[in-house]
Amino acid sequence: MPTEPQYVPRSQVLPLDKALEVIDALPGGGVILTKVEEVLNWGRAASLWPLTFGLACCAIEMMQAYATRFDMDRMGIIPRATPRQADCIIVAGRATIKIAPIVRRLWEQMPEPKYVISMGSCATCGGPFYYDNYSILKGIDQVIPVDVYVPGCPPRPEALIEGFLKLQDKIKKEPFLRRRIARAAAAATQA
Amino acid sequence: MALRTEELMLNMGPQHPSTHGVLRMVVTLDGENVVDVQPDIGYLHSSVEKMMENRTYLQNIALVDRGMDYLSAMANEEVWVLACERLGKIEVPERARYIRTIMLELQRISSHLIWLGTFGIDLGAVTAFLWAMRERERIMDLFESATGGRLHHVYFRIGGVFEDLPEGWTDRCEEFCDYFLDRLPEYDELLTGNPIFLARTQGVGVLPLETAIAMGASGPVARASGLAYDVRKAHPYEVYERVEFDIPVRSEGDCFARYLVRLEEMRQSVRIIRQCLERLPAGEIRSKVAVTVRLPKGEVYARTESPRGDLGIYLVSEGADRPYRVKIRAPAFSNLYALTEMMRGWKVADVIAILGSIDIVLSDVDR
Repeated sequence: MPTEPQYVPRSQVLPLDKALEVIDALPGGGVILTKVEEVLNWGRAASLWPLTFGLACCAIEMMQAYATRFDMDRMGIIPRATPRQADCIIVAGRATIKIAPIVRRLWEQMPEPKYVISMGSCATCGGPFYYDNYSILKGIDQVIPVDVYVPGCPPRPEALIEGFLKLQDKIKKEPFLRRRIARAAAAATQA
Repeated sequence: MALRTEELMLNMGPQHPSTHGVLRMVVTLDGENVVDVQPDIGYLHSSVEKMMENRTYLQNIALVDRGMDYLSAMANEEVWVLACERLGKIEVPERARYIRTIMLELQRISSHLIWLGTFGIDLGAVTAFLWAMRERERIMDLFESATGGRLHHVYFRIGGVFEDLPEGWTDRCEEFCDYFLDRLPEYDELLTGNPIFLARTQGVGVLPLETAIAMGASGPVARASGLAYDVRKAHPYEVYERVEFDIPVRSEGDCFARYLVRLEEMRQSVRIIRQCLERLPAGEIRSKVAVTVRLPKGEVYARTESPRGDLGIYLVSEGADRPYRVKIRAPAFSNLYALTEMMRGWKVADVIAILGSIDIVLSDVDR
């Protein structure tokens, strides 16, 4: 009787959860890991693909930032139409309570690692005008975790570019591999 | 044996690259053919009408910029200050009226440029977007030097405008007019003569004149269906009765006609701006109005031609420093409901072209 082919998860072929112990024990292993991380992070920071998701007025300035004169393509920032291809989401504009679950779902559909830029004061805190309002969400960070807040009503395209530069700085400093190995180790101990 | 078929319900939006914001369309399909379209709105409802009751007349100018149609902030300010001025019988100096007209027409060009760019993107012509944004950036520079804001200006005041035009602004505006008229034929080359663009727009999404009137469509959407109606001519405000301009009207009622109407409107706007710049008088820019102005008890309806159509505000005052009730007649809202009539019977790919051609702004629809 033929048996089912055994599915071998990749982490057992290459025990990812033990990798950190092995690498750190090697002389200079930690340095190598950090250098590899630096190269990977440099590549990740230079090809941020945000989701095209405009909510309100800030989306117009976001469009302007993608277009002529500001041209964010030169920093590797290319808009993608589907969350499954996107690295980051720009919440551009006021989010209502009706749209909040949809923003959350879009964020959940994005693959890890993912980042959020909150553009404009409406997405950051509910805006300068909507404090006595029943329908606007007072800050998108109630729904999804935000990495960079860009102030303004609406922020100029330069401000959005500055936000992206800040996000790139953050990505460049991230212990990307270490975090991933730690997650694999945590999953292994749980199982 | 006949193939068993059934209708398919397709959700478009609220996150869709071509819904121009957060519109959700529930499309019922029979194969590729559209049987019915139900727009689901309210994803950007910001309860502006209610909020306006809690703010003074001056504060509301900043609110209508953002809360209503954000692509044409000046047009929103205009209809609001117009309502207040009519109710309070406040005089506006000549110079302010000319400045306002110039700003309104610049805003119309910039709004149509955004539409042109996004319509191009919807149909796969990305170059049009980049070119339109290039022209629009020049208008943004003009706005920024005069008002301090790129998108939201808060420039109009009850009884005038906030500040006089900076030095050399009229020359730069004149320069822009020349530059823009020079660039417009490029769009003809890029889109008007483009066989792919023609195939996707010509004869697609026809809105008959009777339906357009019955649905309350206005602006370029109605004018492309043959309705020669423009609030600037029918109920002139500011200095529109003193300048010469034509209303472009087409009888086809399809997406291409709507495109041609908007393209011609931009040319007419340049014509209006030039006439205003020529006749721009010197003098006061604002009549004396208190900051917390109290308008007399009464009600008024003001209407203007925003880039999207017939924009109106119904204002009720109880004599306090803030309005008692405000009702906004949004052109994009009525145009959106003509959408179902336009889309029935077309293919699912045409849905994008038709939606793009009516130029909705969800902030205007939901308010």
